[in-house]
Amino acid sequence: MLLWRVARHLLAIAGIALLGGLLSATLVRLAPGFDTDEHQLDPHLSSESVRALRQSRVGEHNVLRYYVGYLTGAVHGDLGVSHTLGQPVQRLLHDRWPVTLRVAGIGLLLGWLLATALAFAVSLSRLSAYEILGTTVSGAFLCIPAAVLALLSVIFNAPGYLAIALIVFPKIYRYSRNLLAKAYSLPHITAARAKGLGEVRILMWHVLPVAGPQMIALAGITVSIALGACIPVESLCGLPGIGQLAWQAALARDLPLLVNVTVLVTLVTLLVNSGADVIIHMVRSREA
Amino acid sequence: MSAARKLACVVLVAVCVVSLGAQWIAPTGYAKQFREAPSSPPSRQHLLGTDEIGRDRFARVLYGTRISLLLAPVAALISTLLAALVGGLAGYLGGIWLRVATGVTDLFLSLPWLFLLITVRAVLPLNVSPLFSVLITFLILGLLGWAASARVLCTSAQSLGSSDFIVQARASGLHGSRLFFVHVLPNLKPVLYAQFWISIPVFILSEANLGILGLGVAEPLPSWGSLLRELEGLVSFRDEPWRLVPLLLLIIVMTSFQMVLSKEEVAA
Repeated sequence: MLLWRVARHLLAIAGIALLGGLLSATLVRLAPGFDTDEHQLDPHLSSESVRALRQSRVGEHNVLRYYVGYLTGAVHGDLGVSHTLGQPVQRLLHDRWPVTLRVAGIGLLLGWLLATALAFAVSLSRLSAYEILGTTVSGAFLCIPAAVLALLSVIFNAPGYLAIALIVFPKIYRYSRNLLAKAYSLPHITAARAKGLGEVRILMWHVLPVAGPQMIALAGITVSIALGACIPVESLCGLPGIGQLAWQAALARDLPLLVNVTVLVTLVTLLVNSGADVIIHMVRSREA
Repeated sequence: MSAARKLACVVLVAVCVVSLGAQWIAPTGYAKQFREAPSSPPSRQHLLGTDEIGRDRFARVLYGTRISLLLAPVAALISTLLAALVGGLAGYLGGIWLRVATGVTDLFLSLPWLFLLITVRAVLPLNVSPLFSVLITFLILGLLGWAASARVLCTSAQSLGSSDFIVQARASGLHGSRLFFVHVLPNLKPVLYAQFWISIPVFILSEANLGILGLGVAEPLPSWGSLLRELEGLVSFRDEPWRLVPLLLLIIVMTSFQMVLSKEEVAA
């Protein structure tokens, strides 16, 4: 059953990746200025050289042929060459990925710690002052664009991962607070309280098993949010990661590089969400 | 309606009215340069001072607010209509349509929002006129932001499809577009309304993010994104606190949008 579920997820990921790749290839093909090369404007080139440059891109005109060529290259580890940076896309991704993993990873960890600590404190204390504090703080961070938080971290000389933590914090806090509130309002928890069970025991034995699976699902979603937040944070804080690479590629309209980065991030997001789904399934089947 | 919601509505209406009257409140306009007074502090002539090239910051805040507040609802309307079309119809028709719509929605939702936005924005020309850049930015937001709403609408349409009155309508011989437009769609209105309102602040924030990254509305047209981009050169808040006004205004408007929506509507 579990293996079938994992296989189904992998099939879905492969399908979405193939479809996403085809869509990306179509977008690249239809983008204005696709088949032009700035080298064609070089006055030192002869008309034969310009014609040869044009001829070299003729094979890319057919979207399907272009996509099949891209897929064949990708299977052999060749993701093409970045037009602006003049380096193989594969090497760029390999060099930049660790920075993003570190920034997003620490940011996520901090955000989760901050949000769940506050959500548990609000739920356990049941004081309206904590509730108001939590709602106000998370509401304020929800209203600030991710890029502004990144700018503020530059101004205050704070590390980039702190900006990521503050971007994911309000989403985690609000969702986990609602989950905990819902779990605490269940009749068997009221009965446990009436019988005099300690708060920690209630939390560990009765609340977490109810809210846990949805928290795991939320963990998958926050990875996607953190990766998205890496674009403004890495770009504005000067961190050489995947987010900065995507931004540079977008500004320079380096579409092959941008599409590869987007497909990679999508695959990571899909894998994480599928992993979360499989874990939830395992937890639920053990409970059953 | 609670007092907080009333206050939020009043704030939103006030900000909209003031920004709509920008040409009378700040007749200097957003592009006029006062070259003798670049980066000047607030004065009677320039309430929020001037920017690095001498443009009146107060006028730019008003015009920028107008652009963001007028066009974000347009983008939200486009995305809600698309969501109603894809999600509502797929939920109502079921079967293969539902599976295809779910697959497409999953594809859109699996891409991190900002990655999707900058990829599509980069595909389109970047060196365009300011007016065209505004249209492109908000059109992209409207055309790409429908997936989450479509999923909600799909679920609502599915549950509506199995409700008693729809089953009875089907038994009475009502089918096809008449059943969808006369009975299903009107009952989806509360969900559509909630999704529309939820989308507006999301699009305002997205435009601000794109603007700060230099992929939003082109100069000299102001928007919240380009106004917030000025924070990049800020060294200390104490020296120039007036430069934080666009951020404060954005926070006030966003908070008001959050307060206008009730918890039930957000949950819907």
